[in-house]
Amino acid sequence: MSRLSEQLAAGRFVVTAEIAPPKGVSIDLILEQATAMKEVTAINVTDNQGANMRMSPVAVAAVLVREGYEPVLQLTCRDRNRLALQSELLGASLLGIENLLLLSGDHPSFGDHPQSRPVFDLDSIHLLEVVKSLRAGFDMAGKPLCQAPSFFPGAAAVPEGEPFELMFQKYRKKVLAGARFFQTQAIFDTVRLERFMEAARLLGVPVLAGILLLKSARMCHFLNDNIPGVRVPRDVIERMEKASDPLEEGVAIARELVCFARGRCQGVHLMTLGQEKRIPDILANCGKQC
Amino acid sequence: MIVSKQKNREELLSLLDGLTSLFLVGCSACATVCKSGGEEEVFRMEEWLTSLGKKVTGSVVIDSPCNVNRTARDLRDHRVQVEEADAVMVLACGAGVHSVVLKSGKRVIGALDTLFLGNTIRNGQFGEKCSLCGNCLLNETGGICPVTLCAKGLLNGPCGGMEEGKCEVDRELDCAWHLIYENLKKQGRQDIFTRTVPPRTGGKNSHPEN
Ligand code: SF4
Ligand code: SF4
Repeated sequence: MSRLSEQLAAGRFVVTAEIAPPKGVSIDLILEQATAMKEVTAINVTDNQGANMRMSPVAVAAVLVREGYEPVLQLTCRDRNRLALQSELLGASLLGIENLLLLSGDHPSFGDHPQSRPVFDLDSIHLLEVVKSLRAGFDMAGKPLCQAPSFFPGAAAVPEGEPFELMFQKYRKKVLAGARFFQTQAIFDTVRLERFMEAARLLGVPVLAGILLLKSARMCHFLNDNIPGVRVPRDVIERMEKASDPLEEGVAIARELVCFARGRCQGVHLMTLGQEKRIPDILANCGKQC
Repeated sequence: MIVSKQKNREELLSLLDGLTSLFLVGCSACATVCKSGGEEEVFRMEEWLTSLGKKVTGSVVIDSPCNVNRTARDLRDHRVQVEEADAVMVLACGAGVHSVVLKSGKRVIGALDTLFLGNTIRNGQFGEKCSLCGNCLLNETGGICPVTLCAKGLLNGPCGGMEEGKCEVDRELDCAWHLIYENLKKQGRQDIFTRTVPPRTGGKNSHPEN
């Protein structure tokens, strides 16, 4: 049983963080980042995030296991067909990886290989069902496995997605397909998060609210223009613009969101993009009545 | 209709290397509508080839060169001209090219790029609404195809990149799943949203006779 699954089952407020594999073969930076994440329960390893080519997340997650950290392997349907996905999953299990975040994946047009052929042989719902089947000892073709892997599968949620009903039907399908936890896309709008949690709570699967550390007003604009599903609202951008120390303001915003998530969500997923040293500050009490 | 367009002249030129005489085949159906291989385009091609010093031994615009028997018959009618040519240049879709390959016994130059099954929107403007997946879902999706219109061909609802009903790949374009949702809602139906659609199977991989 992974620590993540145990802590969620015990009802603890769980913190996860995230690192991106290197473009190249040195993992010094990754290990340095992981050291700064010692306090978190598990570390997500992204999979060619934003469709930018990087080292295999299975390799990086395996190194984290070896170094005593607990990874959450992110796996997308963008770059692999059903054969490749299943064999990757079995390999991951062999290397001691249990936690999974199963995604459809950003379209290649966003990344550094925009001409690559998008695979999407399966979607995130199918991938959740594949994992369910592998755990039960069978591959997608119904062939028995010599030994079934043990996985703790999670999926992504989009609390701010509109129209709500359309977005939520997909959430419900993910629950039915076997998602045991959710990590959300970066949220900023607490009203929408509240509305989402009211509906999600009834389905009984733990949700970790995605919280992204903003570093500058420019970054806000970049996210809005380039990152699918991330929308930094006007008032947050204004706060960043007016701040004398934007990073400090970003930490404060993240801290307020974490406080809001306490008592409403089962944890938070922190995306700190190279500023992992600020994780303790983000998790500190925000001093406000949230 | 099968939408096609002519390869650019530079590419065509490289394909003509070493050839001195050609027989031309056009298509009086789709390639005529797309203005890529009808009477007019075959004539212009002949002019261009002649200007390059190539000999055009003859030409025929076949009523649907995708029809193998008809192609065989029309090529037979021009047997002498076909035989005289170093190669046959086909201004039709890939299916037309294949018929000529089967029935001419000659080297064949495909002069077009075959693009998609298209709806004619306006004269000369086509839209792709079906990608011939062989597993049609339209009866459950309010007639809107997610396989074709969703940039990822997702079968179970929108991805996380949908924003206010627009697609993550191009904010000017509607998300296919938003269109499906709106269409079904208008009709008071749930259809595809009530079930998990399994991964696509067979279809394209199970053609009858090859
Ligand atoms: S579901 Fe398949 S057959 Fe039906 S419209 Fe879409 S691509 Fe064409
Ligand atoms: S936004 Fe909609 S149409 Fe675009 S890739 Fe995502 S699900 Fe498909």
